[in-house]
Amino acid sequence: MTTSRTSDALAHTEPSRALLLGARDTLPLLPGTIPFGLIYGATALTVGMPAWLTQMMSIVVFAGSAQFAVVLLVAGGASAVVLVLTAAILNLRHVLYSASLGPTLRDAPRGWRLALAYLLVDEVYGVVIGRMLRLPMRQRVRYMLGSGLTLWIAWQISTLVGILIGARIPAGWSLDFAATLTFIALLVPLLRDRALIGAALIAGVVAALTLAAPLKLGLVVAAVAGIGAGMLLDRWHARRDTSAPPVVSDPRAADHTAPPAATAEEG
Amino acid sequence: MALALSIVLIGVLTYLMRVAFIGPSRLSLPPSVERALRFVPPAALAALIVPDLVGHNGALVLTLANPRLIAGVVALVVAWRTRNVAATLIIGMAVFWLLSALLPG
Repeated sequence: MTTSRTSDALAHTEPSRALLLGARDTLPLLPGTIPFGLIYGATALTVGMPAWLTQMMSIVVFAGSAQFAVVLLVAGGASAVVLVLTAAILNLRHVLYSASLGPTLRDAPRGWRLALAYLLVDEVYGVVIGRMLRLPMRQRVRYMLGSGLTLWIAWQISTLVGILIGARIPAGWSLDFAATLTFIALLVPLLRDRALIGAALIAGVVAALTLAAPLKLGLVVAAVAGIGAGMLLDRWHARRDTSAPPVVSDPRAADHTAPPAATAEEG
Repeated sequence: MALALSIVLIGVLTYLMRVAFIGPSRLSLPPSVERALRFVPPAALAALIVPDLVGHNGALVLTLANPRLIAGVVALVVAWRTRNVAATLIIGMAVFWLLSALLPG
């Protein structure tokens, strides 16, 4: 009930107020974002990254998990090629967000679309995807801008504070391990079905077996192997279930709207 | 300097991925690519996590004397049970520091 009332209010609101509503709807996510920014800033400094580069990455890349990966790989002495490849693979999911939001922004002015693309991070996608379509275009773009700017400001400030803290943390504390623990906390909620678990397992095993590969290239091989394993499991699962009524396997449907359908697939 | 250039390149690639379908183009994503993209986050994260837990100077260390491995497994269980990032971090670091202090070298 609350959501429908809110969206009705949104549809009739002033464009300038849509910006504030986007910001307001993003506030509940900040307690999850700010610690990541703090830890990122602090760990980057303890592995020897310069402060200016640490802050610059938050501005230029603006994607938490890719930034953590760079810190972890810099600590492990990886080459520039592996840094770029790993970060690019981690950020591939943004293509999915972009494809998903594409139709809703199709008629927005070009400048708005180019600017909003920069702010398209996980949290902003999660906030706006449900509400964007219910808004007229002038409100729609401002709603996303409000959400994106709120997250951007929180990310920059928490990075900066993390840098200030990190400068006082001794290297002996091995704070770089916090990056790996953060990845574990990010990975576990993603393991929603057998194919996804299989993708993670195969990627992990291949990564362990290719530890000694030069330039940490094993990491890239492992990620690709995991993606392949997940797709094979998906196909195998679909073939085994051909006797059952067809199940629509749209990943976006599982994420947001239909909890009863999602539980039926498990077990 | 190589690091700064890498970061700029990562930024450019990331922006291109974000703008791919909301920018000037009128493309749409083939279903097979969309299905593959679903597996990117778990595969990439696992590939990053595992070497840090089981590796030491390029060699596999699958023993109880490896504090990162034990702390990582504990963190995995905590993340599974609580779905809480802060709890995962705090307990994981605590186990890691405790084991590092107890185990020599």
